[in-house]
Amino acid sequence: MISIEVKDLSLGYEKQVVVKDLNFTVHEGDYLCIVGENGSGKTTLLKTLLSLNEPLQGSIVFSGGLKRNEIGYLPQQSNVQRDFPATVEEIVMSGFAGKNSRRFFHDESQKKTAKENMEKMRVADLSSSSFSHLSGGQQQRVLLARALCATEKVLLLDEPVAGLDQQSSTSMYGLIRDLNREGMTIIMITHDIEDVLQDATHVLQIGHTNRFTDIKTFRSGRKEEDHVG
Amino acid sequence: MLAELSLYLSFPFVRYALIVSVLIALCSSLLGVILVLRRFSHLGDGLSHVAFGAMAAASVAGLKNDMAIVLPVTVATAVFLLKNGKRGMIKGDAAIAMLSTAALAFGYLMMNLFPTSGNISGDVCTTLFGSTSILTLKRSDVVLCSALSFAVLLIYILFYEKIFAITFDEDFAKATGVDTARYNLLIAVVIAVVVVLAMNLVGSLLISALLVFPVLSAMRLFASFRNVSVFAALISVFCAVAGILISILASTPVGSTIVACDFVIFLLCTVFGRNG
Repeated sequence: MISIEVKDLSLGYEKQVVVKDLNFTVHEGDYLCIVGENGSGKTTLLKTLLSLNEPLQGSIVFSGGLKRNEIGYLPQQSNVQRDFPATVEEIVMSGFAGKNSRRFFHDESQKKTAKENMEKMRVADLSSSSFSHLSGGQQQRVLLARALCATEKVLLLDEPVAGLDQQSSTSMYGLIRDLNREGMTIIMITHDIEDVLQDATHVLQIGHTNRFTDIKTFRSGRKEEDHVG
Repeated sequence: MLAELSLYLSFPFVRYALIVSVLIALCSSLLGVILVLRRFSHLGDGLSHVAFGAMAAASVAGLKNDMAIVLPVTVATAVFLLKNGKRGMIKGDAAIAMLSTAALAFGYLMMNLFPTSGNISGDVCTTLFGSTSILTLKRSDVVLCSALSFAVLLIYILFYEKIFAITFDEDFAKATGVDTARYNLLIAVVIAVVVVLAMNLVGSLLISALLVFPVLSAMRLFASFRNVSVFAALISVFCAVAGILISILASTPVGSTIVACDFVIFLLCTVFGRNG
């Protein structure tokens, strides 16, 4: 049983602390939503979980045989080069690059896995298309297929539907829900929690006070607020 | 014209020049793919100016073999600039502008203060715009250049998948276990080596053209990374050969003729390319 345990974590840049005393644990098969104001440190948290940033204090413990490079990542859309000359297949295959540290090229089984992941994300028919000519929703699904090549266990997503229209958003959330039901652990930053209230199992609110709750508590908490309001 | 050409080609120094320029054109276009897509198009330019400064310092110091100074200095600069690209006091493009112009200024200053030959402006012009030195290559230069070019080519092919992953999305590559620091170092070293080699061919002011034009031309025609890499190399080699042959027949400067060819091809690709 894999898990990620975050203890007394503080994040920030140099002297400025952005997030303080963060504590939560994610278990295998969980669907965690991270919500908070802009600038509250959501992306910083995600990058720290990915070992791209160093925490100021505290620790992140991976257990159950989960290695640090076995996490898939869907970055914020603005961080991806939209005009990059590459085909869908080239981008999806690049998800394996970190796994081939002792090898120069991918093998046949990886090619097969990539194909399966493209089918799962419904971009298989686009495999030789140019990435830059795709719609925003298609590009996100391609990047999700790439993330699936990097992991079979945990996916970190940074606002996966930002900038997508209603239809593409719904389909994106549907794909993430299916992955979660197949056993993939999901950690996702989102703006509108409403759309995933049915799917998520836990909610982490970060800001002035951090609150980590399971979804039932979160929902009943909101009902009370509504009554008071 | 053909008779004239075959007469020239019977001279070993012309053949050497052709071999070396084909190899340099090949390497620089491949690295250009990485630089252009990572928004580091000016790096080659900056490095070549630093190499110019180092070359001036070496000749003032009276060193016979200036490669011993030029190569390490350029490599160190490349490592520094790529490492400081994202963070650091002075941001990427400003750091490149600052270092390259400072090196250029100090290089020229030193050559004037401590002249080693009577013809300073001739020396400077030679280093800046490439020279006849491409036509005075010795056999040992050709061997060295071939070995280095072969190494660059081998690195590009062997690490192709990692290079693609890092160029497309460095954060993702790092998060999923690619040792990005190591590959960035490798790329920086290789770029510095190619820039120093290319100075012989087109001079330090025109190096960016060798790095940037073939890639941009290929990007007008092709949509996949593999095809862009392959055709950038082909276009670059074609322009180098065409440029040298034209410069021999028309007695034009080698470097600028090659760059002019690159530019013409770029215009053609832009007009007829489907991605233009």
